[in-house]
Amino acid sequence: MSKILIRGAKVLGGEPQDVLIDGEVIEAVGTGLSDEGAQVVEAAGKVLLPGLVDLHTHLREPGREDSETVLTGTRAAASGGFTAVFAMANTFPVADTAGVVEQVYRLGQEHGYCDVQPIGAVTVGLEGKKLAELGAMHESAAGVTVFSDDGKCVDDAVIMRRALEYVKAFGGVVAQHAQEPRLTEGAQMNEGVVSAELGLGGWPAVAEESIIARDVLLAEHVGSRVHICHLSTAGSVEIVRWAKSRGIDVTAEVTPHHLLLTDELVRSYNPVYKVNPPLRTERDVMALREALADGTIDIVATDHAPHPHEDKDCEWAAAAMGMVGLETALSVVQQTMVDTGLLTWAGVAERMSAKPAQIGRATGHGRPVSAGEPANLTLVDTEYRGSVDPAGFASRSRNTPYEGRELPGRVTHTWLRGKATLVDGKLT
Amino acid sequence: MDRQQDTQASDARPVLEGPDIARVLTRIAHEIVERAKGADDVVLLGIPTRGVFLAQRLAAKLEEITERKISLGSLDITMYRDDLRMHPPRALARTEIPGDGIDGRLVILVDDVLFSGRTIRAALDALNDIGRPRAVQLAVLVDRGHRELPIRADYVGKNIPTSLRETVKVMLAEEDGRDTVLLGAKQTSQ
Amino acid sequence: MQRHLISAADLTRDDAVLILDTAEEMARVADRPIKKLPTLRGRTVVNLFFEDSTRTRISFEAAEKRLSADVINFTAKGSSVSKGESLKDTAQTLEAMGVDAVVIRHGASGAPYRLANSGWIDAAVINAGDGTHQHPTQALLDAFTMRRRLVGRDAGIGQDLAGKRITIVGDILHGRVARSNVDLLHTLGAEVTLVAPPTLVPVGVETWPCEVSYDLDSTLPKSDAVMMLRVQRERMNAAFFPTEREYSRRYGLDADRMARMPEHAIVMHPGPMVRGMEITAEVADSDRCTAIEQVANGVSIRMAVLYLLLGGNEPAVSHTRIEEK
Repeated sequence: MSKILIRGAKVLGGEPQDVLIDGEVIEAVGTGLSDEGAQVVEAAGKVLLPGLVDLHTHLREPGREDSETVLTGTRAAASGGFTAVFAMANTFPVADTAGVVEQVYRLGQEHGYCDVQPIGAVTVGLEGKKLAELGAMHESAAGVTVFSDDGKCVDDAVIMRRALEYVKAFGGVVAQHAQEPRLTEGAQMNEGVVSAELGLGGWPAVAEESIIARDVLLAEHVGSRVHICHLSTAGSVEIVRWAKSRGIDVTAEVTPHHLLLTDELVRSYNPVYKVNPPLRTERDVMALREALADGTIDIVATDHAPHPHEDKDCEWAAAAMGMVGLETALSVVQQTMVDTGLLTWAGVAERMSAKPAQIGRATGHGRPVSAGEPANLTLVDTEYRGSVDPAGFASRSRNTPYEGRELPGRVTHTWLRGKATLVDGKLT
Repeated sequence: MDRQQDTQASDARPVLEGPDIARVLTRIAHEIVERAKGADDVVLLGIPTRGVFLAQRLAAKLEEITERKISLGSLDITMYRDDLRMHPPRALARTEIPGDGIDGRLVILVDDVLFSGRTIRAALDALNDIGRPRAVQLAVLVDRGHRELPIRADYVGKNIPTSLRETVKVMLAEEDGRDTVLLGAKQTSQ
Repeated sequence: MQRHLISAADLTRDDAVLILDTAEEMARVADRPIKKLPTLRGRTVVNLFFEDSTRTRISFEAAEKRLSADVINFTAKGSSVSKGESLKDTAQTLEAMGVDAVVIRHGASGAPYRLANSGWIDAAVINAGDGTHQHPTQALLDAFTMRRRLVGRDAGIGQDLAGKRITIVGDILHGRVARSNVDLLHTLGAEVTLVAPPTLVPVGVETWPCEVSYDLDSTLPKSDAVMMLRVQRERMNAAFFPTEREYSRRYGLDADRMARMPEHAIVMHPGPMVRGMEITAEVADSDRCTAIEQVANGVSIRMAVLYLLLGGNEPAVSHTRIEEK
């Protein structure tokens, strides 16, 4: 395999350096590296990050290939600068057996755009009643370490406790979709001023916060670690902050859209803004940004949730929940966290690569940009400004809330173990 | 349009002044009494806005002449217009039919200006939905010509030959603060 | 050119007064031997009802027919057509048949707004009730009834409801009638007080332009009109209140409570009434109760709305709500 010299990139946003890739690994990082025998990528002014890792992606295959497949989803991931994604278990059939997770894992390997690490269901059929074969999924070729019933909350306290205990045997983690089901019956959007006006069923913050509070206490009690999916309220931040201060092994993620968008957008009744958890208020958005900056929230995860056009081109109540996010995640983080001065690019690398890889035990990802490390890299043109055009998405679905919105930054190159998956903004 | 009211006063000249208007209304009242043989069964229906005031004045004069109460009402023709689709919807005016109705009576429609005749056509349609008069007649203060329908007035205050480039504006004290009829040039924006 | 009536909040004071004044003239048509006007001849209106509501549909139908519109009734009840694709497809199918306006009743809040703003169809959209969101013609007919009773039939022309104290009692949370009325009555200058058990008041109500009280008895003497809203018995199964008896004891209107209202004050109800629950039969049948009048006024209001939206080449009522991008 030939060599690639990335010349003059601001590594993690720092001083310009050259990075030389040889085969699957980074051979050298320094200034004035020789380009002999290497293909040169001029990267002056651009920021070089470790390949991004998404702990929360819906690839929809098997079962809903009309909205996304492993191929289209991993192409979208590569477009967005990701080299590894964790695929959620709510497929058809549900990823609750070794067979399903191995299939998804192998599809990712075959396509070669991005490593796909399947997430296993916590309970059989996501029904919250009976533990799935967590051990078998861990021992499978897919080596599952993250388990989640995402889309549904493991609301039964006993099942949650058992799951937290059980995965300790092999260093697994339960990623909880925190949503108290009774408090959210018929819920359509954040409960508050806007829901009262629009007459849409309210989704109270406490429905999320009460589950998080319970789960951090359970995790403490059984001495396990717990991961909180897509935390969305200021109150949730407070609970996680308290839990961490107590030494509880809890990690939390926030989605890009919860860092930027508020429930005011729902006034349009456009289901493109319908998502679970729902868009919250300005106050929540600010609390989430601050928490991501100070480390209370560990990572950004996209909750990339593709849906076919017809599932969004309808009235609000009938529409599916979710937004695509892989191809806009870094831009939204740049706008909300970097351009606002809350986070450096090194901080972004930590929260979108190193930390998610560590939580999900994705070996070879989220490593430092230094000699001897796997060449999983993302090159970002941070000066770029442009409006989002869903027609250009690699994802099969177009349900983005950012259509026509101007966002900063653009991923120009992505390398997965030294192989370019994205060159000059084009998939290979 | 029948009731052209957008003439600028500055470039318009009066063709009827207050005393003229009073005089022609008196004449029309006498004509009505004569032709309707005492005006026993007359119902005056003014077409809003200014036709209503003219009808009120005519009724007063008729009561003076006949020393009897004259049946008086108003007939809004807005929803019967044939040019509804050419403008935004207009605010409706009041239709007030006297308590004893119009069936078998002599209805005299009263309007300020007779022009294309379309207003009167609409008024006849509106009457049709309200009852069956013995006969319908028309009294106008001004007939300016240019009929687009086979309609004529039975009582005319003044015939004023006009060109289509001109506008006729009737002003009445009740609505406009003074009595006058102005003839002016059409504004380019019309 | 948008020309819809989606929310009572979209109406300015002048729009609302124009609709009420127009309705006053429309009401006179009902007294004539021929209760018909040629105004909407050649226009086709479809009543697209995804929810059962015979009263509202009949009221719209009567209004449309009195204005000589061609009327198509489409009742899409049941789950097979209540999905989103069907709303769009159904509306487009109807429009392909040359429909000028769609009167829509839908169980999903915002469905009429979507229909009007998604570029699915060009026809005018009139909201006949959507989920727990809005029911603007109901609010208009209620305001019309109040103006007639509290200001006067002729004296009311051109007037709003400035200074009138209106109390709305019952299920505010699930009620589109309360939402629409708060918006419109506020626009018309009335002072609105909502009375309900706290469980039936939405979170976020504090930003509404009205007062909220949990005590009916203290509010009644300060009311010019008391509007009782239907409370569905099923609500008590979801723990919104303990029993029907307790609800009617605390929030129901009986003769004793009615006696505490000022003499001129009226009792209103949008129907259908649950006698014995929110209102006793004695109150419902008293001459202070305007429920039947409201039904008659509904036809006049709907005629006025149809005329003002469809009668000309463009609507006479402005549309202030910001259009979707």
